Amino acid sequence: MVQALGTLKETASQTAGPYVHIGLTPNFCGIDGVYDADLGTKMVSERTLGERITVSGRVLDGTGTPLRDALVEIWQADAAGLYNSPSEMRGAADPTFSGWGRCATGAEDGLFRFETIKPGHVPFKDGRPMAPHITFWIVARGINIGLHTRMYFPDEAEANAADPLLLRVEHRHRVATLVAAGSAPNYIFDIHLQGEKETVFLDI
Amino acid sequence: MSDRANRKSETGAFFPRDRNWHAPALTPGYKTSVLRSPQKALLSLDGTISEITGPVFGHSMLGELDNDLIHNFAKPGESAIGERIIVHGRVLDERGRAVPGALLEFWQANAGGRYRHKKESYLAALDPNFGGCGRTITDDDGFYSFRTIKPGPYPWPNGVNDWRPAHIHFSVFGHGFAQRLITQMYFEGDPMIWKCPIVNTIADRRAIEQLIAPLDWANTIPMDARAYKFDIVLRGRRSTMFENRMEGN
Repeated sequence: MVQALGTLKETASQTAGPYVHIGLTPNFCGIDGVYDADLGTKMVSERTLGERITVSGRVLDGTGTPLRDALVEIWQADAAGLYNSPSEMRGAADPTFSGWGRCATGAEDGLFRFETIKPGHVPFKDGRPMAPHITFWIVARGINIGLHTRMYFPDEAEANAADPLLLRVEHRHRVATLVAAGSAPNYIFDIHLQGEKETVFLDI
Repeated sequence: MSDRANRKSETGAFFPRDRNWHAPALTPGYKTSVLRSPQKALLSLDGTISEITGPVFGHSMLGELDNDLIHNFAKPGESAIGERIIVHGRVLDERGRAVPGALLEFWQANAGGRYRHKKESYLAALDPNFGGCGRTITDDDGFYSFRTIKPGPYPWPNGVNDWRPAHIHFSVFGHGFAQRLITQMYFEGDPMIWKCPIVNTIADRRAIEQLIAPLDWANTIPMDARAYKFDIVLRGRRSTMFENRMEGN
């Protein structure tokens, strides 16, 4: 016999279901008066440093139909490339920028939209710079475990070409699924759950 | 709070997810998953700083009734109808360490199985004093609790006669975005658990049992509310002892 590792198993994920908005964006679905405002709807203030951008898009199923009951969260560094998190050891991030946003896809058009700033470069584990990117997490009815992906910027071609994560994508034509369309300051990032244009999702 | 402030920040990557323990993306018994499941393999990568970090939320953001669903939508002096319960437990990581400062958000149907949502058309009545959402943040030792009414089962258009077991949805933030988790809590002894296509997206019975909260008689408050205990385990993280360190870090 050897010593027991004693580790626990992670609680298993379950779908967020069609009524995820009741819990995570109650004001959006008409439950007023419980919280002042839905969490994650306002990412920047007037004092936040950096270039203002908007990121919008849709989440599409295997038939190309937009999901109108998805919930999208983003997490990103500030303009200097620092995360507003206790696990950030490289310096103090802009205190006026949380780095985190949450948006339900619209019940009519299926659009999500974030008003944020363009993130700076952050390093990969070996010190190489990663190209500016925004981390996405998508949940919805029919999605059993939240999907992680990243959005990169179309006007950062040189940095994207050297990005350690994008370099790991074996089928090179799929890199394009992680690069937004549009141009500064309005970027468009459609997420395809399935099929020809399927977005690269991460186990990370 | 001082204890938390003195706790060393952790910067290690998270343990890989056991994706045989979690449900796969494609689970045809749960019909909506068919067109919403990626067909290509996930791109695997050890966590970078973009996933090791994550937002944290302070206790100051919480309103007085945020963890009391019996009253947080009710008219003054009134309360929601149904079985009064307390749900409490602890958020731990896979190493068994407490996760302090974890934001938990929860949502549920009312006692009759009706959700307060415009897309919901079940004929069971809304409770005018029940909204169905709440939130709390774990304390320095990872503990949380909230008060609510026990949700009812409700029918849904999957199979011809599918009903969800009574359940409460949970959304959890740990300390890193890689720990982000949404799950559902079920109630001990509910015979509907084992019939549910959403529960059965999970192949391993032990993983399902981990989602079932036992009745916690010791913590039941006499003449007031019964208690259920639901512990949540988030991904653990490696020590940083032998990690590559960035220059100047």
